[in-house]
Amino acid sequence: MPVLKGGKRIEDSWTSLPSGDEIPAEGPLIVNLAQWREERDALCARRDPLGILLASHESPEEIADELDHFSLVCLDFPVFNDGRSHSSARLLRERYGYDGELRAVGDVLLEQLHFLHRNGFDAFDLDSEHPEEDWRIAEADMQLWYQPTGDERTTVIELRHL
Amino acid sequence: MPYCCVSATQLRKLAEIATRWDKGFGHLTTRQNMQLNWVALEDAPDILEALASVEMHAIQSSGNCIRNTTSDPFAGAAADELEDPRVYCEIIRQWSSLHPEFSFLPRKFKIAVSGATHDRAAIRFHDIGLRLYCNDAGEKGFEVLVGGGLGRTPFVGKVIRDFLPVNDMLSYLEAILRVYNQLGRRDNKFKARIKILVHEMGGTEFGERVEKEWEQIKHGALHLPQDEIDRIEAYFAPPPHRDLAANEAAIESSLAASRENEPEFDRWMTNNVSAHKRAGYAIVSISVKAVGAIPGDLSSEQMLALADLADRFSFGELRFTHDQNVVLTDVEQSDLEALWRELARHALATGNVDKLTDSICCPGQDYCALANARSIPLAQEISKRFADGDRLDEIGPLSVKMSGCINACGHHHIGNIGILGADKKGAELYQLALGGASDEEASIAKIIGPGFTEDRIVDAVENVVETYLGLRNDGERFIDTYRRVGAAPFKEKLYART
Repeated sequence: MPVLKGGKRIEDSWTSLPSGDEIPAEGPLIVNLAQWREERDALCARRDPLGILLASHESPEEIADELDHFSLVCLDFPVFNDGRSHSSARLLRERYGYDGELRAVGDVLLEQLHFLHRNGFDAFDLDSEHPEEDWRIAEADMQLWYQPTGDERTTVIELRHL
Repeated sequence: MPYCCVSATQLRKLAEIATRWDKGFGHLTTRQNMQLNWVALEDAPDILEALASVEMHAIQSSGNCIRNTTSDPFAGAAADELEDPRVYCEIIRQWSSLHPEFSFLPRKFKIAVSGATHDRAAIRFHDIGLRLYCNDAGEKGFEVLVGGGLGRTPFVGKVIRDFLPVNDMLSYLEAILRVYNQLGRRDNKFKARIKILVHEMGGTEFGERVEKEWEQIKHGALHLPQDEIDRIEAYFAPPPHRDLAANEAAIESSLAASRENEPEFDRWMTNNVSAHKRAGYAIVSISVKAVGAIPGDLSSEQMLALADLADRFSFGELRFTHDQNVVLTDVEQSDLEALWRELARHALATGNVDKLTDSICCPGQDYCALANARSIPLAQEISKRFADGDRLDEIGPLSVKMSGCINACGHHHIGNIGILGADKKGAELYQLALGGASDEEASIAKIIGPGFTEDRIVDAVENVVETYLGLRNDGERFIDTYRRVGAAPFKEKLYART
């Protein structure tokens, strides 16, 4: 599946660790929360980048003190209308100060790209033939924003009181 | 309609849309909106374009998101108003529109705001209810209720905060919504509303979680600057009222003479006209419940007439109420008789507001795919049975609310008399519930006993009314009598063997 980041389709160099498999010695690796809990020492001993996948019911608070270990956090959308990962993304960025790659995975829809980006996601696992065109459409969805989120967009209230 | 306000221009556009793309009428809903039930899907883009031409849209009218914020239809005008809730409704409207975090909640989410002594916005039956008031130190703030609702499992909202300063409103709402978004049930659609979370967790613990989340964000970007509140408040400045204080005595005696000559005008004055905060003005509730009519249905012709009357008598603005009527908030008292005569020409002068025939009714099986029974024909039957205005006045304030299924769109849980349509082996059966109320003395109606068939339900309502008339003390409303004597005497009369 193509990954969209910074408006560009990028090569995905990451692999996920299948459950029960040996931890590979090299290469960027994504683990889930259970694997991280069980294999923390072994995973920390590796030199290559580490990523973590949180299911939609797993709170980012679980890893809030360990974020330095990760250069990728994936938040899952098991179905598009399970909106929990929207809150998780904002907490990771705004409360826990995570500044690495934040990737939306699962049932990620074009219609939600704009919202996802506002909530702090900068990468998207998008099931699309034309992810870059999708990004242009999504970016143009809105030009004014009411809600302050962690992104750098200027809100309507700020514009009113410049 | 944001917090139930609609301009004459917007109402004319709705009339035009109903004529051109629907069957020439619209339906006022309990959400203070208007439904058009017969549009062709292929016409939807043109209709949306027409709506947009008068600054209207249908965004967030469905989906698991924050819905239209509702409010007191008398806002800005009521004599018992403490603070104008519309200012804060508008701030909530902006914040909740296309919210990136809260557009895929476990279930839909409804906020209501009231700022008066008497609760006309049913804030105790919303996901969040906000009661705006001034504390002893003279600061404006809200009492915050969560977890109220109707539907399959009705609950009265629980107070989680006695006083929230207005500047903290958005950060507090965000805290509630975030706790709900993270913890609300997603395994069962029927248990996904916040009321179930609050009920299962308990109001106290839910409140504690909200406070903990709020501590983290209360000093953040959502803290409302006072100059922004002031800026929004300016949009809700009173209309250019005339100074009528000196004319009051003359107006009063002229009105008294008209009332003497016209019994129906007198009735309408008593039942449909409410006190205004400004001398010489009145608030007019226009009943969309004429005898035998479909509750809440307005024809295009009526919409156009109302728009003209709003322009002529009430600064071009109208309100849609959650009990499916229309309100003009700023009518000069000396215009009341002229307004009443004009309304009568359009079958809109029925003097039955808050009376038995001013019922709330869902669309029922005639329109709705979820319904088990029809509700509109029943409302019409009740309306005809109790058509006599003198009898209605004798009965006094009494709300009848009916739903065609357990989803309770007709608010049967909070009717003084609630009627719930069910399907029993292919036949319509109506359950009767008594004792509900939507105001500051909120209560949920209780089913009185076995249901009634379609041909007996109107008799059953009449039986309840007669029992009440036999039991009441002087000046006692139906709900007060019911609370005093309980269900037993009603049950005894209803199920007496004849």
